[in-house]
Amino acid sequence: MKVKMLSRNPDNYVRETKLDLQRVPRNYDPTLHPFEVPREYIRALNATKLERVFAKPFLASLDGHRDGVNCLAKHPKSLATVLSGACDGEVRIWNLTKRKCIRTIQAHEGFVRGICTRFCGTSFFTVGDDKTVKQWKMDAPGNGEEEEPLHTILGKTVYTGIDHHWKDPAFATCGQQVDIWDEQRTNPICSMTWGFDSINSVKFNPIETFLLGSCASDRNIVLYDMRQATPLKKVILDMRTNTICWNPMEAFIFTAANEDYNLYTFDMRALDTPLMVHMDHVSAVLDVDYSPTGKEFVSASFDKSIRIFPVDRSRSREVYHTKRMQHVICVKWTSDSKYIMCGSDEMNIRLWKANASEKLGVLTSREKAAKDYNQKLKEKFQYHPHIKRIARHRHLPKSIYSQIQEQRIMKEARRRKEVNRRKHSKPGSVPIVSEKKKHIVAVVK
Amino acid sequence: MKAIRAAEGLLTLSQQDELVDLPNYPLSASEDEGDSDGERKHEKLLEAINSLDGKNRYKLAERSEASLKVSEFNVSSEGSGEKLILADLLEPVKTSSSLATVKKQLNRVKSKKTLELPLNKEEVERARTPLEHEIFNLLHKNKQPVTDPLLTPMEKASLKAMSLEEAKMRRAELQRARALQSYYEARARREKKIKSKKYHKIVKKGKAKKALKEFEQLRNINPTAALEELEKIEKARMMERMSLKHQNSGKWAKSKAIMAKYDLEARQAMQEQLAKNKELTQKLQVVSESEEEGNTEEEETLVPDVVNEVQMDANGPNPWMLRSCNPDAKEEEKPMDSEHLPEPVAHQFSESEEDERPVAEEETLLKEFEERRALRKRSEFSQDAEPMGSRETQDSSSQEVLSEVRALAQRLNKGNLQSRKQRVTSTGTVLQVQREEPAPEEEEPLLLQRPERVQTLEKLEKLGKEECSQKKELPRPILQREWTERNPNNQPDASKGKKKEQMINLQNLLTTKTPSVKSLEVPTIEELEDEEAKVQKQMIKEAFAGDDVIRDFLKEKREAVEANKPKDVDLTLPGWGEWGGLGLKPSAKKRRRFLIKAPEGPPRKDKNLPNVIINEKRNIHAAAHQVRVLPYPFTHHQQFERTIQTPIGSTWNTQRAFQKLTTPKVVTKPGHIIKPIKAEDVGYRSSSRSDISVIQSNQKRLSGHHKKQLKKSSTD
Repeated sequence: MKVKMLSRNPDNYVRETKLDLQRVPRNYDPTLHPFEVPREYIRALNATKLERVFAKPFLASLDGHRDGVNCLAKHPKSLATVLSGACDGEVRIWNLTKRKCIRTIQAHEGFVRGICTRFCGTSFFTVGDDKTVKQWKMDAPGNGEEEEPLHTILGKTVYTGIDHHWKDPAFATCGQQVDIWDEQRTNPICSMTWGFDSINSVKFNPIETFLLGSCASDRNIVLYDMRQATPLKKVILDMRTNTICWNPMEAFIFTAANEDYNLYTFDMRALDTPLMVHMDHVSAVLDVDYSPTGKEFVSASFDKSIRIFPVDRSRSREVYHTKRMQHVICVKWTSDSKYIMCGSDEMNIRLWKANASEKLGVLTSREKAAKDYNQKLKEKFQYHPHIKRIARHRHLPKSIYSQIQEQRIMKEARRRKEVNRRKHSKPGSVPIVSEKKKHIVAVVK
Repeated sequence: MKAIRAAEGLLTLSQQDELVDLPNYPLSASEDEGDSDGERKHEKLLEAINSLDGKNRYKLAERSEASLKVSEFNVSSEGSGEKLILADLLEPVKTSSSLATVKKQLNRVKSKKTLELPLNKEEVERARTPLEHEIFNLLHKNKQPVTDPLLTPMEKASLKAMSLEEAKMRRAELQRARALQSYYEARARREKKIKSKKYHKIVKKGKAKKALKEFEQLRNINPTAALEELEKIEKARMMERMSLKHQNSGKWAKSKAIMAKYDLEARQAMQEQLAKNKELTQKLQVVSESEEEGNTEEEETLVPDVVNEVQMDANGPNPWMLRSCNPDAKEEEKPMDSEHLPEPVAHQFSESEEDERPVAEEETLLKEFEERRALRKRSEFSQDAEPMGSRETQDSSSQEVLSEVRALAQRLNKGNLQSRKQRVTSTGTVLQVQREEPAPEEEEPLLLQRPERVQTLEKLEKLGKEECSQKKELPRPILQREWTERNPNNQPDASKGKKKEQMINLQNLLTTKTPSVKSLEVPTIEELEDEEAKVQKQMIKEAFAGDDVIRDFLKEKREAVEANKPKDVDLTLPGWGEWGGLGLKPSAKKRRRFLIKAPEGPPRKDKNLPNVIINEKRNIHAAAHQVRVLPYPFTHHQQFERTIQTPIGSTWNTQRAFQKLTTPKVVTKPGHIIKPIKAEDVGYRSSSRSDISVIQSNQKRLSGHHKKQLKKSSTD
């Protein structure tokens, strides 16, 4: 006689360790779990609200500079180390974990115009108003030793910016012209000029490391190839570009921070049309830096705020401001893509979270799963009006708010005027120019 | 000894014979029985004579083997050599009477031999001498018992007086009784105080149930008492009917009627009451029917025809009535079969019993009727020569009787109804009865003429004999149906008469369950089912009598359409340019002039859908949560809807799917420096990257996610 028995495989219900969660058999029959859309909608709504509740991005303020912070630099090897140069020629090295200044160097007389670290992280370069380029050791000098630069290069003109090559012992400075230097030489390898105006900044491409871009006061962005003696091409915009930043994940894409309150993301192969015009600032954009993931960038503006833009969005997803933060001159996204630093006029370096509501510290797997799920839900329902409204809602300082209103009116007026002009002129004589193309004056090769 | 015994037997026999010859022979004994008795006695005599010679011994009765059934009906009488007749056993009077005389004689003889007994009491009490007188006086004064040395009444009283213990016990008993009584009183008061209607309802129901049970028991044990009880119940019912309690016109009912629209319970209560009312009012009809039935029963009892046996099983309002009637009929059937000329006395008795209320008038009428019937029967028997035609003639006679009975019953009914003063609507019932009368009477001659009927009747008779008991249980409607089925040629006529009855039967069916009938010749199941369906329909109809859903819906739709129509704007100002005031209306011309007609709106979506109301109004509360414009990357709303409708939560997806669905596009490791991408990182020969894992989405083709995971080791 056959006896039927219940038999169970212990693997199905016994935990391997007591830290594992109990396995709960579930029935995924959709009829048992109705109203999936409304339920998920509610979850998304709650997640969005919670996101706003926990949005506390400001982490720390690093104070110690005695003048406005003019430039910032990341350490290529250490996440905790940040270098900053101030308007009084002082360079400070900060430890972020301790939130303390670990070293102070009186590097220059007058402004420290630019600062950059060597790719190995052993030394850094500064340029100042005193027409010198100085190389400093990253490590502090021994007891009793004086703070002295490794090398000092005396230039003929004022240098306004400096950037180091990502692999080679070469760096580039900008001023009247773009100079490419070998670390071992006191004279530049080559100097490149296109036009006669001062150049604000120069940046090496982190991927195609021989490429570099510069932006000049004569409203143009010029691209160079280090291996050639002449510049590649340039694009002339409506207004001056303050600085550019290359996308660390896409070699040919860079973003330019412009004086016309906008940022322009360009594909260097097709400079006649920017990929995206990022508008939200209400004053000149002074600095821009990409997240190491290449998905977002942060911009610092004269309107006392920093904004975070997704690369493919024209509007910012986040705006950071504090009452005491004045014109933000420089901004950097840390190498682990979690934090943002900004140096401003009022002598402080501020540390922000890149994601305002992100929980700091180690997450358990369940927390992580919940976070991911909530993130996905927010993404899924981001177009729903309530969720959109809550997610987009930000409190802004009155100055910025009123300026936004004002600029909206101005923009509307311009648009109306254009429409009117088109209406009252010969058809086709006033062509419709897209927003992207509007700001590009010319591309020169 | 033997000789003496034989002589005694002879003596007794001779005496018995003498007794047989006596003229005051009881009426119950029949003549042929008497004959058979004579023969037997003769045999006995012969036997006794034979046994005198001594050789042939009297054979004693003995039981050789055990009989299977040991009962009074199976008593073996082997010894006597003849069959034992039950009647012999049941007639102790004859033998005892015959023996009594012998015994008396013997006693007399014996008494003469014995000495005189002590003085009789009378003799003793008779005082002769003065001394005796004196003594008697003394004795009488003290009430001293003379005959026995017994106790005087005083002594008895003293004896009767209780002992202390007894007294205590008695007192305790009394106390207990009093306590119990007070307890019961308190309980009753408490129960009376309970305000819960439900509780009282339940109690009432329980009581009713209990009463019914008791009645059932009583019916089994003591039918006459049960009948009395029944009478009481009937009276209570009548009182309830009289009270007009269930007309839904009381205060409570009115309040319920208001609430019924919203409250399901109230509706139910109302319906219950209505049903009760219906039941009560139904009984009015049924009673009249039962009276009719009573008539038919009378017919049955009077007419020994099996035709009526079918109708006899009247399923009246209460089954007890039927039960009480039927045994009578059963009893009657037997003697009728056995002896064709029943005694009128017995019938009379049965009649009176059946009728419950032996009114003098009724009785006399019945007597008269009985006599006439008996006469007719006798004449029939005497006249009857042809055996074949006897049935028919009997039938014809029965038909005559039937008609007579009808007339009689009608009169009776009238009398009855008038006597019952409580019945308000008696005239109505009478009318009904009268109305119904003619149809069956018309039916009868037709029935007579049919030759097939005899067959059916015979069949029915057989059936009736076989399943007499069964049929009694059958509800009336089935039988009726059967009846009509068997005589399909009667139907057109019968239907006329039966229409009313059928209606009532339907109602009966509503209240009583139909038991399944197996032994019927003609299959009636289909009919039954049909009936059931009808009943179901009717029940549903009754339950939802108030609400016409379709009409309500149509009305609702009409209202919705009206409400959504654009309205005309009336801009007339009364009193402007003309006289105004109370009762004055602006002129038609003016109204026409200032009435702005609303433009015709677009046709309604549900214009051609009769069963649908589409609300075309935009729900602003819902709209606040709805996406108004198709978001940018999507090119068709269906794409967007699909993305929204695909759930991503673990409630709807397996763990793995959930993980896959919720993985962010870019995952970074905290505390790791993310290096810029290198030319070597791109492509398939990439090794894993520790600091970042990116699922890249193709920005140009947003509809499909082009997943490409870039994993490369970060070079230091």
